[in-house]
Amino acid sequence: MSNSVLTPIASINPVLPGRRTLLIDAAVNSTLGLIGGFFEWFGNLGIFFWQVLRAAVTPPYEWRELIRQLDEVGSKSFPVVVMAGSAIGVIISLEARYSLSRFGAKSMFPATLVYSVIQVMGPIITGLVVSGRVGAGIGAELASMKVTEQIDAIEASAINPYRLLAATRILACILMLPLLTLVSDACGLLMGWFAQTLVEPLSFHQFVQDGFKGATFSAFLPQTFKTCVYGLIIGLIACFQGMRTRGGAEGVGRAATNSVVLASLFVILADVVLVKFILVVFP
Amino acid sequence: MATAYDIAMTQEQSKEDGSAPVVAVNNLHKAFGSHIVLNEISLSVNRGKTLAVLGRSGTGKSVLLRIIIGLETPDSGSVCIYGHNIVGLALDRMSEIRMKMGFLFQHAALYDSLTVAENVAFPLVHHRKDMSRSERNERVRQLLVEVGMEGNLEKMPSDISGGMQKRVGLARALALDPEILLLDEPTAGLDPISSGEIDDLILKLQRERRMASIVVTHDLHSARTIANRLALLDQGNVVIEGTFEDLQQSEIGFVEDFLKLS
Repeated sequence: MSNSVLTPIASINPVLPGRRTLLIDAAVNSTLGLIGGFFEWFGNLGIFFWQVLRAAVTPPYEWRELIRQLDEVGSKSFPVVVMAGSAIGVIISLEARYSLSRFGAKSMFPATLVYSVIQVMGPIITGLVVSGRVGAGIGAELASMKVTEQIDAIEASAINPYRLLAATRILACILMLPLLTLVSDACGLLMGWFAQTLVEPLSFHQFVQDGFKGATFSAFLPQTFKTCVYGLIIGLIACFQGMRTRGGAEGVGRAATNSVVLASLFVILADVVLVKFILVVFP
Repeated sequence: MATAYDIAMTQEQSKEDGSAPVVAVNNLHKAFGSHIVLNEISLSVNRGKTLAVLGRSGTGKSVLLRIIIGLETPDSGSVCIYGHNIVGLALDRMSEIRMKMGFLFQHAALYDSLTVAENVAFPLVHHRKDMSRSERNERVRQLLVEVGMEGNLEKMPSDISGGMQKRVGLARALALDPEILLLDEPTAGLDPISSGEIDDLILKLQRERRMASIVVTHDLHSARTIANRLALLDQGNVVIEGTFEDLQQSEIGFVEDFLKLS
C-alpha cells in the first residue's frame, strides 16, 4: 500500500498510528515470548536431565523397575518394529529394483538393499516408531501420575521419582533402541529379499554374499548404535513432558502429544548431526 | 545443615522429654506470583500431639503441608524437624527426613496400577530391603487390619470408595512407622459416618503410636475431635492458635464467623 493512501486516513483518524504501534509492540512481545519460552524449555530440560543423571548414577538402583521398563519398551515394541521394518524392506526392494533396472545396475540390488536398510532406513524408522509408541506411553503415563499426585506420593514416600520413574525409562529406551533396530534391519532385509525373489528368484545365500561384500563392521555398527542417542532423546523428552504436566485430562493429552511430536522431531534432527558425525569419524 | 546424626540425637531428646517441638515452621512465607498464600506464619507441634490447621479453601493449608514434607519450597522462613532446618535440602537428603514422615493426600493419591496391598507395600519394598516377602506381606496385612481394610488386599484403587481409598492411603502413610503424620483433608468428601470412622481411626493411631500430627481440614467437628490444638488461617495469616475453647472464647470477628458457620 502506498503512502499516498495511508497518509490521508491517518490524518482523519489519529488513533491509527497508535494502533499500529500497539500491533508492532504486541508482535515484538509475542516473538520475544516465544524465544524466551524456547530457551526456558531447553533450560528446564537441561536441569531435568542433570537431576535424572545424578539420580541414575547414585544408589539405590531400581533394577526391578528397569527390568519392567525393558519389557515395556523392548518386548512390547517388538511387533510394531517387525511390521515397520518388514514394510520398509519391501518398499526399498520395489523402488530399488525399478531404479536399478533403469540404469542397468540390477546386480547392485543386494548391496543397495543392505546399505539402504541398515545405514539409513532401519535406524530412523525404528526411532520414529518407538517414539510414537513408547514416547506417547511414557508421556501419558507420567502425566497422569503427575496430575493425580501419584508422583508427589512417591516423593513423599522418600523415593526419588527421577530415579524410579525417569532414569529407568530413559535407560530402557537407550538399551532397547539398538536391539529393536537390529530386529527392524533383519526383518527389512528378509522381506526385501523375499519381495525380490517373488519377481526374480535370488537365493538367500547369494543375496547375503553380494549384499555384504566388502562390508566392514564400522560401516554398520555406528549406524545401529547411534539409536542409543534416539533412545535418550525419546525417553528424556517423554519423561520431561510427563513429569511437568499441569491441568488435568487436557494436560495429560497435551503431554502425550508433545512427547511424540517433540521426540520424533528431535530424533530426525539428531539424525542429521549423527550422520555427519559418523561420516567424519568412520569415513 | 542438619545431618542424619544431628536429627537422630535431637529425636532421642524429644522422645525423652516430649517438650521440644518435633515440627516447627517459623516465619514461613510463600506466594504464587502476586498471590500471597502464607504470610510469615509460625506453628509447631510436639510429640504425641495433634495440630489441626483450619481455614477456608485456598488459604494455603495444603501448601503448608506440602512445604513441611518438601514438595514445595517456601520463599522464606524455615521448617525445622527436631530443631533442624530442612528447607533447601537435596532430594536424597530430604528423602532421609521423609522416612520419618507419613503423608495422607487429599485424594489419597494411590498408585492406580497397583492393588491395595501393593500400594501399602510400596514404601516397604523400597526402604525395608531386609524384610522377606512373607514378612512384608504380614506387615501389609497388619497395616490394613489397623485401618479396617483387611478384606480388600487384591482390589484396585478404582474398585473401592473414596473413604476406603483414604484408609488405604493412611495405611501406606503408616508403613514406615513415621514419627510425624501429615493429613491433608482426611475427611473431605466423605459422608458423616465415614468421616467419624476416619476420625476414630486417627485418634486410635495417635493413642497407640504417639506421633506428632498436623491435620489440615475445614471440618471443625473433625478438628475438635482429633486435635489438641487448632490454628485458624485466613489470607495466609494465622488468625488464632489454641484449644477449641480458646477459639470459642475469641472475640475476633473471623473466628466467630467461622465457628458460627461451621
